[in-house]
Amino acid sequence: MTAHGPFSPRDWDAHPPYVYPGYKSTSLRGPTKPLIPLKQTLSELTGPVYGAESVGKLDHDLTRNARVNGEPLGERIVVAGRVLDEGGRPVPDTLIEIWQANAAGRYIHKNDQHDAPLDPNFRGSGRCVTDGEGRYKFYSVKPGAYPWGNHPNAWRPNHIHFSLFGPAFVTRLVTQMYFPGDPLLDLDPIYLGAGEGARELLISKFDLEITEADFALGYRFDIVLRGRDATPAQE
Amino acid sequence: MKLRQSPSQTVGPYFAYCLTPEQYGYDFAAIAGNQLADETIEGERIRILGRVLDGAGNAVDDAMIEIWQADAQGRYAHPADPRGSNLAFRGFGRVGTGTDPELRFVFDTVKPGSVEGQAPHITMCVMARGMLSHAFTRIYFSDEEKANAADAVLATVPEERRATLIAQREDTPAGTVYRFDVHLQGAVETVFFDL
Repeated sequence: MTAHGPFSPRDWDAHPPYVYPGYKSTSLRGPTKPLIPLKQTLSELTGPVYGAESVGKLDHDLTRNARVNGEPLGERIVVAGRVLDEGGRPVPDTLIEIWQANAAGRYIHKNDQHDAPLDPNFRGSGRCVTDGEGRYKFYSVKPGAYPWGNHPNAWRPNHIHFSLFGPAFVTRLVTQMYFPGDPLLDLDPIYLGAGEGARELLISKFDLEITEADFALGYRFDIVLRGRDATPAQE
Repeated sequence: MKLRQSPSQTVGPYFAYCLTPEQYGYDFAAIAGNQLADETIEGERIRILGRVLDGAGNAVDDAMIEIWQADAQGRYAHPADPRGSNLAFRGFGRVGTGTDPELRFVFDTVKPGSVEGQAPHITMCVMARGMLSHAFTRIYFSDEEKANAADAVLATVPEERRATLIAQREDTPAGTVYRFDVHLQGAVETVFFDL
């Protein structure tokens, strides 16, 4: 029994398990006891509200929001899409926060010691709010792949981290967007931790409609959050 | 039409320059931090502090904790709360565990009032490198014994595990502190909910 409407439960066939042996750090950090089902109350049906007032003018444009003396290096990209619920309804006015490595595969984070260059004109974080139709758009440069210590010769596929609130605290989602055709995906335990048939949703699609001529390649990435059940929850 | 939910992925070790930038010293305005209530907010001022501990008992230095709570009168700053919001108190806090010398998370806030007859509580979301999906729990308060005993959510939790959800009150010269450690695993693994 995990259905505790009005919002549908987390689909645990889509979301990764807490302990996933291929991803070593989960072995000591993933909860092991069964989750306790909770019938949603006002505490779960509400959530933080961050609208357009929380976003600065350049926050959505990672190619411009941290310039010091020029443009960031790398292949310029546009990432655009819609945030929808499970019923296909748009999720309007919801905050999206993103962060990523630079084109060389280096994060600006102080703990990242990967021997690849920082870019003085690129921080790699931004945010925006979806419009009334659930649409959003970011500009950035394509993040590089980088090695990590999970297993010998382990490399993370190119990815952008996404954090979303949705309409209530139960719809909270932190995920990652990948790029089509990346040979590292089939070797990546973080990607493979998500359920088959669902993890493919995390791969963006190249889209000529989003591509801006003479400027940047376009990738479409739609995100689906938990929705309200079509039928009232049964007591 | 029924679409599939986009799967969760780990927040990873490098979230700070986006999600908690001011706390970690990055040049990017934070949308939220660990100070939920300034002096103008009505209610009993409390501090919540604790650590996130892994299955070996080691404190996690790259977790991010979010909390969501009602104001002192039990109202949420959200349109779904029919009583009308106290918009001065947003009720959301966010902090990483990587900057405190003891790897603690600390929130300064007000004690929430009762919501819909429930015992006062705060909803918490735990994320970290090594967690592919986030985990939800609730903070209850040790000095609310009567309300806790009558709480419908606590009643669904096996009795021997309820203590993991109760923050312990300490009255210190600096003010009221509630201690709440999050045990990701182990004999006293924190109760996590499927919301």
